Amino acid sequence: MAQPQPQNVFAPWADPAEKPLIRFEGVTKRFGDFVAVDDLNLDIYEREFFALLGPSGCGKTTLMRMLAGFENPSEGNIWIGGQNMKGIPPNRRPVNMMFQSYALFPHLTVWDNIAFGLRREGMDKDRMRVRVDEMLRLSRLEKFAGRKPHQISGGQRQRVALARSLAKAPKLLLLDEPLGALDKKLRQDTQFELMDIQEKTGTTFVIVTHDQEEAMTVASRVAVMDHGKLVQVATPAHIYEAPETVYVADFIGDVNIIEGTVIPAQGNRVDITYAEGKPPIRAATDKTLVPGQRVSFAVRPEKILVSREMATERTNAVKGRIEDIAYLGNISTYHVRLDSGHLVSAQMTNRNRLERREFTWEDEVWLSWTETAGIVLTE
Amino acid sequence: MNPRRLTLILVPYLWLLALFLVPFLIVLKISLSDTAIAIPPYIPKLDLSTGWHGITAFFADLDFENFVFLAEDDLYWKSYLSSLRIASISTLLTLLVGYPIAYGIAQAPEEWRPTLLMLVILPFWTSFLIRVYSWIGIISNEGLLNQALISSGLIAEPIQIMNTTQAVYLGIVYTYLPFMILPIYSALDKMDVSLTEAAIDLGCSRRQAFWLVILPLSRPGVIAGCFLVFIPALGEFVIPSLLGGSDTLMIGKVLWEEFFSNRDWPVASAVAVILLGILVLPIMLFQRNQERQQETDR
Repeated sequence: MAQPQPQNVFAPWADPAEKPLIRFEGVTKRFGDFVAVDDLNLDIYEREFFALLGPSGCGKTTLMRMLAGFENPSEGNIWIGGQNMKGIPPNRRPVNMMFQSYALFPHLTVWDNIAFGLRREGMDKDRMRVRVDEMLRLSRLEKFAGRKPHQISGGQRQRVALARSLAKAPKLLLLDEPLGALDKKLRQDTQFELMDIQEKTGTTFVIVTHDQEEAMTVASRVAVMDHGKLVQVATPAHIYEAPETVYVADFIGDVNIIEGTVIPAQGNRVDITYAEGKPPIRAATDKTLVPGQRVSFAVRPEKILVSREMATERTNAVKGRIEDIAYLGNISTYHVRLDSGHLVSAQMTNRNRLERREFTWEDEVWLSWTETAGIVLTE
Repeated sequence: MNPRRLTLILVPYLWLLALFLVPFLIVLKISLSDTAIAIPPYIPKLDLSTGWHGITAFFADLDFENFVFLAEDDLYWKSYLSSLRIASISTLLTLLVGYPIAYGIAQAPEEWRPTLLMLVILPFWTSFLIRVYSWIGIISNEGLLNQALISSGLIAEPIQIMNTTQAVYLGIVYTYLPFMILPIYSALDKMDVSLTEAAIDLGCSRRQAFWLVILPLSRPGVIAGCFLVFIPALGEFVIPSLLGGSDTLMIGKVLWEEFFSNRDWPVASAVAVILLGILVLPIMLFQRNQERQQETDR
């Protein structure tokens, strides 16, 4: 597969000349004593599919509701398309929202639901008909135009909600847990559909989700939030491969965290002592660390090789005993108890059929990984 | 069908049979009889001791004379029309007062709502009669309202409210307000808040969102409330006789007078049968509204 040329990569955030579509400038939102969003700065660019990710109560929904205009910042400013949104009510913002509950109007047909926003605009009948039909086609709902919301399935309702919020061709579409109510299989299909529609319409999407897999799948950039602050904003790959804090590493995907103290080594490398009498973990890092500093070493399960014999070509190798195996069909996760007492999980592809599996419970195995497999975290 | 289930279904039907259908058939029978100075004050009476002959003689004596009489005397159809008008206008007034109250309660902070609902229901703890009587103390010429207005210098002469149709409207609106508020509140309360937000998000002002989304969606509650007020108001007797004076013509009052002042049970029964006939239509419409709502809720 040919690598895309650098100039084709969609990364407006990396270009200092690019003007953001949305700018949060020192935005704080308080509800009584509770600080929902805490002095937050963030730029989101045109045509981005931006995901706000975090546990419930982290402030992601409040952030989105401030964009829509349903909440006003206690402090700071929000800019959309170069315009300060202070005092602009939701019905006059170039923003539409798809609600978690879909909020379809139960007394109107699918067609009238989609036309609702266009009617308020005072669009003339013919143009409106063309536009609504276009949205019906985009969301594959032509056959259901005359139905009421309670006469269609959950997945179809989700598409009506999307079509309705896109009908006015907003600059910015906000999606509040848009796939939360769908079952897993449908959710995965819909994720790709969402990406497809986002690309076709060229609209900027901001999605709120607590599902890290969903955020990774759809988003161009992901913002991980915790306690009203942005912990890290980066592309899905960067967030996964180079989390900046233990919180992010732990929140996105599975990870093994091993704590230890630093002994600097040559080059951009450190040795981390994590247990008495065991050889230290050697890891590559750009960080400047002082000897004796406490750090966390994070390594993803799939970066660890499980083998019978010690793998000498890899820098780090430790011995342990298999305590548990989670068989997931395509892969298996091995929970291995190290001699030092740490429980480490390692993931291997199931290349052989189950009955020819190499390892089983209570087997002594070697876990090994390279210098660059994991990362050293100080926070 | 197993016997347990049958018993379960049978209970409400037996209840309706014994307490609604049988009394209705008795009233229907009396309405087809003739008045007489006797106890009870009508003939014929069913005499089963003479066997089959008695039954046929009984049926032969029943006739529609009373209904013909009701159609010919304009007092009755005027009373029916007047009752329909008063019931319709008071239903509309109750809606105009009740909707904002129901909306206000639905919008109130969640922890206040039970208290507010309690306040709506609280008047039921006092006897209905006492509450209607106390209105006399407020609106009569020497009542609290007129006293307050005169002493504040706004008016020189007391306003005549007692014994007018307005007093009847006031009484009905006051008495039946909870029946309007509760169904509307329940319709508004179960509505998803994000529906209003979605409407505003799509370009509505708050007012437009109300007219285009909230009001149409609360329609089942409005219809239920209107019927719950209209149906009893149509046959209302206590309020017009206590507050309305002699000028207010309502069929409930006529019915009462036929029964107790004239002791003309057959005519009174005929009045009641026709009243029921008039109510069948709105009751059926009410039923249909409830059924349709249940369907959309599913």
